[in-house]
Amino acid sequence: ELKRGTGRGGGAASDRMLGFLKEPVVVTAKINVSLVALTVMGLMSRLWRLCYPRAVVFDEVYYGQFVSLYMKRIFFVDDSGPPFGHMLLALGGYLGGFDGNFLWNRIGAEYSINVPVWTLRLLPALAGALCVPLAYQILAELHFSHCAALGAALLILLENSLITQSRFMLLESILIFFILLAVLSYLKFYNLQKHSSFSGSWWFWLLLTGVACSCAVGVKYMGLFTYMLLLATAGLHFWHMIGDQNLSNVSLLCHFLARALALIIIPMGLYLSFFYVHLALLYRSGPHDQIMTSAFQASLEGGLARITQGQPLEVAYGSQITLRNVLGKPMQCWLHSHTNTYPIRYENGRGSSHQQQVTCYPFKDVNNWWIVKDPGMQQLVVSNPPRPVRHGHIVQLVHGITTRYLNTHDVAAPLSPHSQEVSCYIDYNISMPAQNLWRVEIVNRESDTDVWKTILSEVRFVHVNTSAVLKLSGASLPEWGYRQLEVVGEKLSKGYHQSMLWNVEEHRYGKSQEQKEREVELHSPTQMDISKNLSFMAKFTELQWKILTLKNEDTEHKYSSSALDWITMDTNIAYWLHPTSGAQIHLLGNVATWASANAAALLYLCLSLWYLLRRRRRIYDIPEDAWQLWMAAGGICGGGWAVNYLPFFLMEKTLFLYHYLPAVTFQILLIPVVLQHLSDHLCRSVLLKSMFSALVVAWFSWVYFVYCTFSPLTYGQPALAPAELRALRWKDTWNILIRKQ
Amino acid sequence: MAPPSPPAPLPPAGRARSQRRVPWRRRRSSPSRPALRARRLRAPHGRDCIPRRAPRPAALRPSMRRARRGAARGGCPRMPPRQREPRRGPGAPPRPAPPAATRPAALALVTLLSFASRFHRLREPPHVCWDETHFGKMGSYYINRTFFFDVHPPLGKMLIGLAGYLSGYDGTFPFQKPGDRYEQHNYVGMRGFCAFLGSCLVPFAYLTVLELSKSLPAALLTAFILIFDTGCITLSQYILLDPILMFFLMGAVLSMVKCNSCADRPFSASWWFWLSLTGVSLAGAMGVKFVGLFVVLLVGLNTIYDLWDLLGNLSLSLVMFGKHLLARVLCLIFLPLALYTAMFAVHFAVLNRSGPGDGFFSSAFQSQLIGNNLHNVSVPEHLAYGSVVTMKNLRMAGGYLHSHWHLYPEGVGARQQQVTAYLHKDLNNLWIIKKHDSDTDLSDPSSPVEFVRHGDIIRLEHKETSRNLHSHQHEAPLTRKHFQVTGYGINGTGDSNDFWRIEVVGRRTGQLIKVLRSQVRLTHVATGCVLGSSGKTLPKWGWEQVEVTCTPYLKETPNSLWNFEDHINPKLPNISLDVLKPSFAEILLESHMVMIRGNSGLKPKDNEVTSKPWHWPINYQGLRFSGVNETDYRVYLLGNPVIWWLNLVTIGLYLLITVATAVALKRGVQLTSELKELSRVVLHAGGQITLGWLLHYLPFFMMGRVLYFHHYFPAMLFSSMLTGITWDALLKFCAGFLSPSTTARKVYGGGFLALVLLILYSFYLFHPLSYGMIGPMASHPSSPMAGLRWMDSWEF
Repeated sequence: ELKRGTGRGGGAASDRMLGFLKEPVVVTAKINVSLVALTVMGLMSRLWRLCYPRAVVFDEVYYGQFVSLYMKRIFFVDDSGPPFGHMLLALGGYLGGFDGNFLWNRIGAEYSINVPVWTLRLLPALAGALCVPLAYQILAELHFSHCAALGAALLILLENSLITQSRFMLLESILIFFILLAVLSYLKFYNLQKHSSFSGSWWFWLLLTGVACSCAVGVKYMGLFTYMLLLATAGLHFWHMIGDQNLSNVSLLCHFLARALALIIIPMGLYLSFFYVHLALLYRSGPHDQIMTSAFQASLEGGLARITQGQPLEVAYGSQITLRNVLGKPMQCWLHSHTNTYPIRYENGRGSSHQQQVTCYPFKDVNNWWIVKDPGMQQLVVSNPPRPVRHGHIVQLVHGITTRYLNTHDVAAPLSPHSQEVSCYIDYNISMPAQNLWRVEIVNRESDTDVWKTILSEVRFVHVNTSAVLKLSGASLPEWGYRQLEVVGEKLSKGYHQSMLWNVEEHRYGKSQEQKEREVELHSPTQMDISKNLSFMAKFTELQWKILTLKNEDTEHKYSSSALDWITMDTNIAYWLHPTSGAQIHLLGNVATWASANAAALLYLCLSLWYLLRRRRRIYDIPEDAWQLWMAAGGICGGGWAVNYLPFFLMEKTLFLYHYLPAVTFQILLIPVVLQHLSDHLCRSVLLKSMFSALVVAWFSWVYFVYCTFSPLTYGQPALAPAELRALRWKDTWNILIRKQ
Repeated sequence: MAPPSPPAPLPPAGRARSQRRVPWRRRRSSPSRPALRARRLRAPHGRDCIPRRAPRPAALRPSMRRARRGAARGGCPRMPPRQREPRRGPGAPPRPAPPAATRPAALALVTLLSFASRFHRLREPPHVCWDETHFGKMGSYYINRTFFFDVHPPLGKMLIGLAGYLSGYDGTFPFQKPGDRYEQHNYVGMRGFCAFLGSCLVPFAYLTVLELSKSLPAALLTAFILIFDTGCITLSQYILLDPILMFFLMGAVLSMVKCNSCADRPFSASWWFWLSLTGVSLAGAMGVKFVGLFVVLLVGLNTIYDLWDLLGNLSLSLVMFGKHLLARVLCLIFLPLALYTAMFAVHFAVLNRSGPGDGFFSSAFQSQLIGNNLHNVSVPEHLAYGSVVTMKNLRMAGGYLHSHWHLYPEGVGARQQQVTAYLHKDLNNLWIIKKHDSDTDLSDPSSPVEFVRHGDIIRLEHKETSRNLHSHQHEAPLTRKHFQVTGYGINGTGDSNDFWRIEVVGRRTGQLIKVLRSQVRLTHVATGCVLGSSGKTLPKWGWEQVEVTCTPYLKETPNSLWNFEDHINPKLPNISLDVLKPSFAEILLESHMVMIRGNSGLKPKDNEVTSKPWHWPINYQGLRFSGVNETDYRVYLLGNPVIWWLNLVTIGLYLLITVATAVALKRGVQLTSELKELSRVVLHAGGQITLGWLLHYLPFFMMGRVLYFHHYFPAMLFSSMLTGITWDALLKFCAGFLSPSTTARKVYGGGFLALVLLILYSFYLFHPLSYGMIGPMASHPSSPMAGLRWMDSWEF
């Protein structure tokens, strides 16, 4: 009874050129008014007074700084997810002409005039509003009745938590939009499958599925769960097609290839393109540079690129270099030495060699310079032509300022007694010979004769006498070592670890023969003129890897919660509080909807189990097509809930209530499914049916009542008196801010 | 002998199960039963000979199908020859039908080889190797009956202790660190016990594969792989939990498979036997390590599949189905649970003396241990004002609330006296409970006793330094988002920041507070934060004690809960702590909580190189069991690389074959009966084993704890069984395409022989890894292992 298609031209003129002059031009359009009405209502609920409050709300403080960085084209790394969502938010800023000049430092700070609040919040709000008609269409495509579809859309419309989350510069509503879009397009595609394979609309919906999936994944990695669900569904459907003997092998292969292209290849390509745009937009160096490798930093404008511009590429005997540890944890640092020596005895009574300290220092310093020396020759300058150092060569490393040799020996390191101490050798004449030969091993070499390259080569230094490897232990030395990081010789090197790898960052060919001259030379800045260009794939791989592995320290948050709290909504998040009036915004769901959704999920599970067991004994309670519908709806809605919720039990990161929103959206879609099933198949008599309908209406008014009750906390207005706020605290665990009088 | 069965058409694959499943009553009266029983009595390995639900897979040519039932018993020792040999005509694919005595002989051979390889040079090296330092020590604890704490359940260590006790080890060796020489101590008994269980794995795997694939070559291949894998040998030769775990694990798999084979005769004696043996093995596996849970999952999934099958069988009444269900619930849930509980009962009964594990457990638990200072003491039960108490944090190894004459250093919050949590008993742990608003001398005997009640506002005064427990809005030393806790005031006079509200979890206002049993929360009145211990260790200035903070996040975690342990108040009557004795259920629950927390507490430290799950199947890196230097006796746990890489390749091959077979079946391709049989083995038997492999491997990717190479060995067992099954099927499939039977047989036999020879030769190359190497490292050309260091990450 419902048909889509607006503005479909029905003009008869096509054969003759001027046919249209003889016949009147007729345009028939079918418009589903309820769908339009739902869209309008969705827009109204999400866009109403969008600029209020004109202050930083909750995580806007976090995403806002990225928007600013996009505006200024400064490179950043955000470990919370891929860049597509951030870019969409930045698009809002771009449309509003935001110049990026705002200090995102605390929640509640007033926006200055130059911040286009409305456009910044527009995209998430639009995405949130469009979820309402999407919900309607999904249920319609699952072959449920108009009423059920309408119910689903209205439940999404009146869901306070979804409204709150849509109205600010946050990513969840965009994520949910793409997830629902992906599900809808897959359903449309699947329904077209039976009659019109490989038609235009078939291709359109199939491709849109892939595009929406990759957008969802591009916004947040959570989108991966829904993507997997759709892939599994597509796989299952294809498996049924394999069993269809009417299809020839060739057409089966075509079907398979089309799906592989649309659901795997295109999403992967799109995902790459997000990063491509991201990296193309952000070309200036910025605050997060130092997480990245030297090669990556060198590719950014300003920063390291300015320093390393034009350095000689190949390290030669006599080169002056700084050595950066590849690991970058606990912080980036460079191999360093200074005139202070290790204390003769440590606090715990252990002795040391009392030689010059070698550490890893997190700041640029003249003491970070080392000179590569050929053990067989005395000179510390680069000969002409330069003799490059290759993989496997044995070198000595001379500290530039103190001209002492990097050394390690069988003395326990200060903080890691299982490893060897690394020092700059001082001859105390106590039968402790210098052991200062190091073999250079280029780990990322292509052949065994590779030359040691600036920035690009990752090098291990293996001590010739003891085969210990120069390593950053990660511990920071006590007062006597100025809290710099400890460097040790790791004797039992277990495989390759980044803490054992070093790369040359700054590099120049040494020219000065005399120590005095050399000191002057070391103090002068390096300047030369080639730039390093990394390929896009190399940059992408590095950035992707950093995003996945970067770990922020375990932060405890006042509003963090565990996954178990979400299902009953035992927790809330205060998003914003008016500085004076006490008006406030909370992320708080519609209690009625959440409770009904839980009940629906439980009922669905029990009924399915019951039917399944009975069917196994060949007792068929409901007709076969009703059963298929029931399973399909459960697979999409129930499955969507499960895949978006259950994985959180395995995650160790800090979790918040808003992580549950995609799951709860699917759970809400399950309510009308169950209700319609109950009314169609379990209410056998007319009387029962009408009673059931009355109950549904009553229940729906309850949902509406709860929505109205909590809307002051959803929209942040009007401000409520403390007594009213107290009355809204329906659960003891909710943290509603009540001002002390 | 049973007469040849009448020719029966082979049921199509889909219906095969339900047709084969005849109600047991009818089957029992079938004429072939007496003959069967008689044969079973005579057969040395009678259980092999029961009629199988599944027919023999060995590639049978069509004419052989008529004798399917007979052929199904072909493995039985006394099969009359006329049923096999004469029927093989030209053009038939090879059928590796073993002569009558082959199977027991093969089993005997395999067992013998297995024992020989595991017991060879068992005494070497005569010093503590790797984790023997833990498990040997724990065995000693059982012999000495000293209480200890470990993250694993007790069965494995109890068995080690028992083996040591029976073999004359007296429990006096300290097992301090790897490399300590055993000298006169008798350690061979314990090693021998583990080696015995480790040797049993091979026959178990052999029988499992034989049962699943009905193919002797497949079973033999599996057995050879396991016998000649250096990793399996090494892991079986020392005092470790792994051989014990794997013994029970493989036992469970074998009994499960055997029980499935008995499915056509449910409720028969052998069915019950295998079903309950599965339950017993599950309890054993769970009792050794928590990874046993994975095999429980495997058996559980298999049982659900089985029950689902039974439910769909309409000839089975619901009552009968109920009986099936009940039998499984009884044998696979209640029996293992009872056994599991029983082993904990034994554990607690044996370990009744105070030892190094006390501190991990709650005060009430400690009162059970002989020698603990809480044992047999009597204290006043309810807290009163003026009581002197110690407070213990409820998190595992939480420590006592502590303060001392030292200030926080400059720059760390306010320069006031430190308050920490301290793990040892000390006079500085004592605090006096005082009223917040009066400072009357409560020790005056004439003043009336006033009890502390839930919800009261109190002040805690440190007994030694007379400072009050104090908090304020300065950031805590390590956990920056929490508030600092200090000792403040002089002789008990402080300010309003010294007031704390005392609350008992789950109580109402006005109720009294009990020693040991009440879980107490102290809320700071002025800021609303809660006293807690963050578990982080303070630097030198804090004497490396544990940080105590006041957390503004009101979460119910053990970090912010405390209980009162010591309680001194001369005005109150003492009661014996035996009144507070925890019940067995409470002890069981507590020890599990402690174990689980201990397990999740084993987090890798930053910058520590740890083994990653993806390293394991590719044999990326081994474990050093003994010796580092050239002069040491070195043992290195590393799988035989040839075998492991074969296993790895086979998994890929198996996936390809499975997909091809499944698609072919789904497309309705007409298969010959041999191929059908082969596909059944590949899909069903292979699927079961692959599921086992996945269940024992994938979960490690999600674990946050420190992982080691040896965690892969249970999965490796499954992988090896899969290799046996897959290569057998693959060779049969290839041979099936060759028309003259002699060529086909040659290809099949040749392929099989090549694999075995490959395994043998690689074992010859790598055997020093298990049996010990002395001399230069492998990088040196004169080393016996020279040229064998195929990967840079191997360290031998």
